[in-house]
Amino acid sequence: MELKSRHLLGLENISPSNIKMFLDTAFSFKKVLQRPIPKVPTLRGKTVVNLFFEPSTRTRFSFELAEKRLSADTINFSTASSSVLKGETLKDTIRNIESMKIDLVVIRHSSPGAALFLTQCVDASVINAGDGTHEHPTQALLDMMTIQERLGKIKGLNVVIVGDIKHSRVCRSNIFGLQAMGAQVGICGPGPLLPRDIEKLGVTVYPSIEEAIAEADVLNILRIQLERQKGGLFPSLREYRNVYGITKERVDQAKKKLLIMHPGPMNRGVEIDSEIADGEHSVILNQVTNGVAVRMAVLYLLSGKNSSKIIKEST
Amino acid sequence: MKIKSTLMDSKNIQRTLKRLTHEILEKHQGIDNLVIIGIRNRGDILAKRIIESIKNIESSTVPLGILDITLYRDDFQLFNEKPVVKETDISFDISNKKIILIDDVLYTGRTIRAALDALIDLGRPALIQVAVLVDRGHRELPIKADYVGRNIPTSKAEQIEVKLKEIDGEDSVVLIES
Repeated sequence: MELKSRHLLGLENISPSNIKMFLDTAFSFKKVLQRPIPKVPTLRGKTVVNLFFEPSTRTRFSFELAEKRLSADTINFSTASSSVLKGETLKDTIRNIESMKIDLVVIRHSSPGAALFLTQCVDASVINAGDGTHEHPTQALLDMMTIQERLGKIKGLNVVIVGDIKHSRVCRSNIFGLQAMGAQVGICGPGPLLPRDIEKLGVTVYPSIEEAIAEADVLNILRIQLERQKGGLFPSLREYRNVYGITKERVDQAKKKLLIMHPGPMNRGVEIDSEIADGEHSVILNQVTNGVAVRMAVLYLLSGKNSSKIIKEST
Repeated sequence: MKIKSTLMDSKNIQRTLKRLTHEILEKHQGIDNLVIIGIRNRGDILAKRIIESIKNIESSTVPLGILDITLYRDDFQLFNEKPVVKETDISFDISNKKIILIDDVLYTGRTIRAALDALIDLGRPALIQVAVLVDRGHRELPIKADYVGRNIPTSKAEQIEVKLKEIDGEDSVVLIES
């Protein structure tokens, strides 16, 4: 089996067999993480740059830990402490970093397509750690890993994503990945936060959270992105909670045993109540644990020596 | 690729494993503190058979561990296609244990080198010994087996293929010219 691309930019158009390869490898790495010495020498001598142009705690730590568990050398870059503040362009920044001989770049950026743009200016393999509202593939992979781990399968399940669908890269990557793996994907959220023509992606749009809960096996609850809500797309946080918040009363109405997921960071008492976030159905912290394993798998599978040869074969 | 000759058949393999088991038991005067760890793929199957054989001789069992060395290989940067990472399954603490490491073929010694690194990351064993079904020579590292089923001198152009019922449907060791 071979990966089709030497980069991981998104899950759109990725084959089910490649997704399965990422997930299978991640499960093996999870075992490594449970050992007394949770570190392997696999990426010794490889250098990974973590380019974070947008704030992140979980994803950045998760990538960094994954790199260290694989014995790679890491350089961290964040906007606040770099020459970007002095007006350097993305291309110049990365060219400069690449001339220091790097093998892999992990990028988080507020512009959709930033990761794709990077692949055109550097030789290293690029991993998208979230580009604007476009994709966040490693988050979707760890979500799928958590579902697979808890429910033993992905195929045939009904996964409903709740909240700010429009601004969510997590949602887009999940839709592509889950559908490729044979799951049904539903969405539920306030009208102004649903993209136009979302049905064309083959998802079910649930008009109310009650209807979504009645049919779902998994609820993936998105964060209300306060930083992207400048236009007043819904009246107030309180009203959002009243209509779409995942409360104990609502979860108790579920017919099946629900799996509750959230990519973090949570706004407790807005999109999710603490009782649910910390309750028996919640796998939110398992998602974080699995995140490191998934990122180890992605780094391992993308770290090739003859990467230029792979790209020739795939194009 | 053509098969040059069959070096061992099912009966030969069975007898050889039995002899290896006796040698291990003789050397260690029993099974105190002994654990058997097989290297994927095929070393783990041989390990299971040796444990079965110990059970027949000593009427008690020793722990089995299965080791995947993929992440410790020194050559994987040379491939485009990444080897599949399988799970290491060692459910006991290896510290202060006497480990018999089992593999099917000993060749360059690089697999054993990787296995030693992998084991040391799991704890500090009292000792590690190596048992192999076939030693074909051409070592690239200062490594030697403590228990050898069959010494088979080969040329580098040849390959040794060990087939085992559990994976390949039959037991045999064949010499292949590539």
